[in-house]
Amino acid sequence: MIRARLRKVYPPRPDSAEFALDLEFSAAAGVTVLFGPSGSGKTLTLDSIAGFVRPDEGRILLDDEILFDGAAGVHLPPQARHCGYVFQNYALFPNMTLRQNLEFAAERRPRLERHRRVNEMLDRFRLTEAAGRRPHEVSGGQRQRCSIARALIVAPKVLLLDEPAQGLDAPLREELYEVLRQVRADFQTPMLLVTHDLDECFELGEEMLILREGKIVQTGPPRKILDQPSNLDVARLLGAFNLLPAEIRALDPGRNTSRVQMGEFELEGPYLPGHFKGDRVTVCVRPEQLGVSTRNGRPGPNQIPAELKRAVEKPHLVRMEFAVGAAGSVQVDLPLAEYERLRENKEWVIHFPAASLRVL
Amino acid sequence: MAIDWFPLWLSLEVAVISTALALASGLWLAYILANRDFRGKEVLDAAVTLPLVLPPTVLGYYLLVVIGRASPLGKLWEVVFGSPLVFTWKAAVVAALLHALPLLVKSARAALESVDRSYARAARNLGASEWRLFWRVTLPLARRSILAATALAFARSLGDFGVTLMVAGNIPGRTQTVALAIYDAVESGNGALARTLVLVVSAVALAILALANRLSPEIGAR
Repeated sequence: MIRARLRKVYPPRPDSAEFALDLEFSAAAGVTVLFGPSGSGKTLTLDSIAGFVRPDEGRILLDDEILFDGAAGVHLPPQARHCGYVFQNYALFPNMTLRQNLEFAAERRPRLERHRRVNEMLDRFRLTEAAGRRPHEVSGGQRQRCSIARALIVAPKVLLLDEPAQGLDAPLREELYEVLRQVRADFQTPMLLVTHDLDECFELGEEMLILREGKIVQTGPPRKILDQPSNLDVARLLGAFNLLPAEIRALDPGRNTSRVQMGEFELEGPYLPGHFKGDRVTVCVRPEQLGVSTRNGRPGPNQIPAELKRAVEKPHLVRMEFAVGAAGSVQVDLPLAEYERLRENKEWVIHFPAASLRVL
Repeated sequence: MAIDWFPLWLSLEVAVISTALALASGLWLAYILANRDFRGKEVLDAAVTLPLVLPPTVLGYYLLVVIGRASPLGKLWEVVFGSPLVFTWKAAVVAALLHALPLLVKSARAALESVDRSYARAARNLGASEWRLFWRVTLPLARRSILAATALAFARSLGDFGVTLMVAGNIPGRTQTVALAIYDAVESGNGALARTLVLVVSAVALAILALANRLSPEIGAR
């Protein structure tokens, strides 16, 4: 269990604006993802926990140990923190073999135990064959597994991972996820994973912290955050939504309905608590939640006529871009087969789901 | 003609000792400059570099002031070792050290600072002391540049003339290094001796430069 309250201010410089890290979170066993754009303070948070950076104020607790306490002047050196760190470039010592890298980490242990631990780790991470080679002589996957093994060999109380999948091709990425899932199952260590890849959050994360400009803007399980982003900023950061300006026309808590005006069209949705009639809002809907069909006479409720601008094929689906009156452009994701069935179509309507209509 | 090889041997001996001393103290200084933040850090760096730019006679004068028989340091030396430091071959070592040290400190600092800091972070994160980090990670990774700088420092300390002349004198058979011997040979019209020594010194210097060049590109080091 790790609990952290951090504050650190970097004053403005000629080449950079002021940056303030100011956040509070806790993470238990399992994987907690720090998600956010570059420059949002994700790595700085890891570095503060590992002791490479001294926060201005706050407190970091790892299990029962105080790693940092600004008020009491406690700032343990990195050596005393029991944090495993998997660096972005792995930082395997290039002058040592993989085995020596592990031995370096285990050097404080008695000789026999060290030998046993190193062999056990080499075996567990399928590195025995490559153990005698140096980092630049082994494959990317082996380097990656070695850096995780090296971080785990000291039995850390928390494992910090700084964009471990950055710059990996797809098969290596899959392999990494598999290794990390295995680590999650075999070790009781809480893991803090920094990423700006939404897929990675879903692959690995039980909990997600969304960072923006040094602050946490939303926390929760990835699926829940994607279903209900707490505000427009989060929705933009996730980058997975159609965000359409609209105005609330009617609210009926009794029948649990609402009507929302989007451009020249009206949509029906569930009652929108916390909003008032006349509020200017943003309809927030994911491309795969929308449907399309051929236009047959007058559009039905929650159907909006649209003009197809283009369709882009992705590996598993087709992303269609529509122009919708004054509301702007709307993206719809269709399964490949459905797109094939409809592709000769000329006149389109987009179906907005009534039940899952969300506004921000 | 029988050539007196003593000056050459003396020069090599002086260069070896002064380079060893420069390496030991230079590494320490470079480590401090590369890793610590303190007031006057750049002043220290400049002070260490000063001998590179000062005229040899100025350096020699300073040295006479600092280690001369009337100075506290010179007196201390005489009390401890029973004989004065100046005008012995040991003074020639001090003179050569003054040339070797700046080269070493400059290059070693740059080499230590160029080691990717994530290695230092990784080592600390894995519980390594600063001492172990330096000897097992940083130094091995900066090794080639430092060895190249050591070779250059050796070549440099082989060839000092002015400072040696001022603090060690030009006593044949005692403090006359090869650079001084060549000067003497030319002055006294002994062209053959001068030519021989010049050629030998050039050959040694060339060999060292070739070695330094082979060391400095960091091929295979990472």
